[in-house]
Amino acid sequence: RAMELPPSLFPAARAAAVALGYLRYRRGGPGRGLQLRELRSARRQDIDDVGHKYYLELELEDVLDKDRTVSCTAEVLYHLGSKSSAPDVQLTVQGELRSTEEADKEFYTRIRSLEKELVAENIPDSHGNVPPELEPILLLAWAASGYVIWQNSTENTKFHLAQVKHVKQVKRSDEDLQFDYVVLLHEMVSQEVLPWQVTLLWHPQRGARVSQCHQEPAPG
Amino acid sequence: DQVLHIVPETFQQVQHLQLLCSTLKLDLWKPLLPEDIRAGDDLHVRVPAPLVQEVKDSLDQHTISYRVLIADVQKLVDQSMPRERSSPRHVSGGYVYTKYHPMDEIYQWMTQIQKNNSQLVTQHFLGKTFENRIMYYLQISQPSNKPKKIIWMDCGIHAREWISPAFCQWFVKEILQNYKTDPKISRFLQNLDLYVLPVLNIDGYIYSWEKDRLWRKSRSLYESGTCYGTDLNRNFNSSWGSVGVSFNCSSDVYCGPGPESEPETRAVAQFIKSKKSDILCYLTIHSYGQLILTPYGSTTKPPSNNEELMQVAKEAAAALKGKYGTSYRVGSTASILYSNSGSSRDWAHTIGIPLSYTFELRDTGTHGFVLPPDQIQPTCEETM
Repeated sequence: RAMELPPSLFPAARAAAVALGYLRYRRGGPGRGLQLRELRSARRQDIDDVGHKYYLELELEDVLDKDRTVSCTAEVLYHLGSKSSAPDVQLTVQGELRSTEEADKEFYTRIRSLEKELVAENIPDSHGNVPPELEPILLLAWAASGYVIWQNSTENTKFHLAQVKHVKQVKRSDEDLQFDYVVLLHEMVSQEVLPWQVTLLWHPQRGARVSQCHQEPAPG
Repeated sequence: DQVLHIVPETFQQVQHLQLLCSTLKLDLWKPLLPEDIRAGDDLHVRVPAPLVQEVKDSLDQHTISYRVLIADVQKLVDQSMPRERSSPRHVSGGYVYTKYHPMDEIYQWMTQIQKNNSQLVTQHFLGKTFENRIMYYLQISQPSNKPKKIIWMDCGIHAREWISPAFCQWFVKEILQNYKTDPKISRFLQNLDLYVLPVLNIDGYIYSWEKDRLWRKSRSLYESGTCYGTDLNRNFNSSWGSVGVSFNCSSDVYCGPGPESEPETRAVAQFIKSKKSDILCYLTIHSYGQLILTPYGSTTKPPSNNEELMQVAKEAAAALKGKYGTSYRVGSTASILYSNSGSSRDWAHTIGIPLSYTFELRDTGTHGFVLPPDQIQPTCEETM
């Protein structure tokens, strides 16, 4: 009942982008940046009264560990009348992802010990450069935008993070780190670049959580 | 090489250090001269790597304590200086092809290229942009008495796709640097003329440098000066306005008030029409996506010569992959990407140019439009 889809065609590619967004949110962090190396295969199932379900085989790599690839299977269900709810994603990573315990601890300590709250903008800059000390901030932006992409995708959209416009650290009385991001998301079908405000909390053991996000209104 | 920090305690130690420094001709950083070494004062001395052990042994023998201030001088030097990419291949005639250039530098580059290669290259007026800037293309043509077919390539139709104009410049440089020595290129030029438009959307490109890095469209003014820009790649006369466009000026895929409404579109269309019987291949370079796209965007119905188009594209993708392993997907825009109408590539094909392709260069979304400059060289090399 599920038909085979050529992975090079756009429906499968769009579903893969959703799966990647979900994965970056769930497993991303300052020391781990996952990207799609290749979409190996795709199938689609049209479920009456429910929606369209995509079954995907993905090959991923960690930008900080490019010599290895990690396989993963994903199911992406776009609900009928998809304006209202986010696609359901289920994902299984085959094998272990590289441990980031040390890098996470180092980052956590570094940020906690900053006297002034971290502020930065335009990551990468216009030429594509990222200062090394801001790499983990960019990777956390991948996690933050991953959430937004997962939550807001439909079969007619394909989102990528174009640039981090602005990031501001907010010191907290509890143990989480908080970063308020403005991320620019590029939507491939409409070609629009959409600014989103996302508040990301992160903790070495608890991982990343988005506490709030909303699309910025278009400038008049 | 290491730098040692020593605080001599006695006069004897001072004497020994003075002797050591003069005999071995060590590089004193502080003080500068051996005669200024004083007991109780800091001494910093750089010891070349082969002498490090000997010097330390000598200090130990005389019970002079020391601390290693810098354990590896070269490493520190490397870390603190940006590495110059001045390998001759990427810096030709002083122009750095492995970084992005603003429009005024590209204009200067075109003039220089013609000047330095006048036997092969001529710069021509194509038209003017909305903001009245001149559009130039370069003609690379080997003098010959036989008529030659034309390959046309344009870059930078979308302002934010900076790797695209970078590729056009690289392409021209490669051809001119190698046409005498590379048999493939030499044969190429015997039979074909190359016409290269390094930046089609000049106004937009400048705007992406000065105001908004992620700008896409032209900078024409609409709605009594409240709204800017037409998507030039929706403005050509190929099923114009039918699908994958917006009629709202504020949209990034605004197709303009009518087909060929924009001066940039007209400049390109008029020229290509005038030469169409000689143009064998139309190439338009974009980013990102790693795709070789064939007609059409407005329908999934394949063009008449689809088999040939696909075969050539697949061979191109295979050759590209052979260089650095980069995967490009191949197929029509409507099936691989999305529906669109009014694209230059579709228009070129409908007026009769048989091989018409859109290239979407690196990457697949990790950096997207802001591709770092260290990817300019591999992207251009594999695409060559």
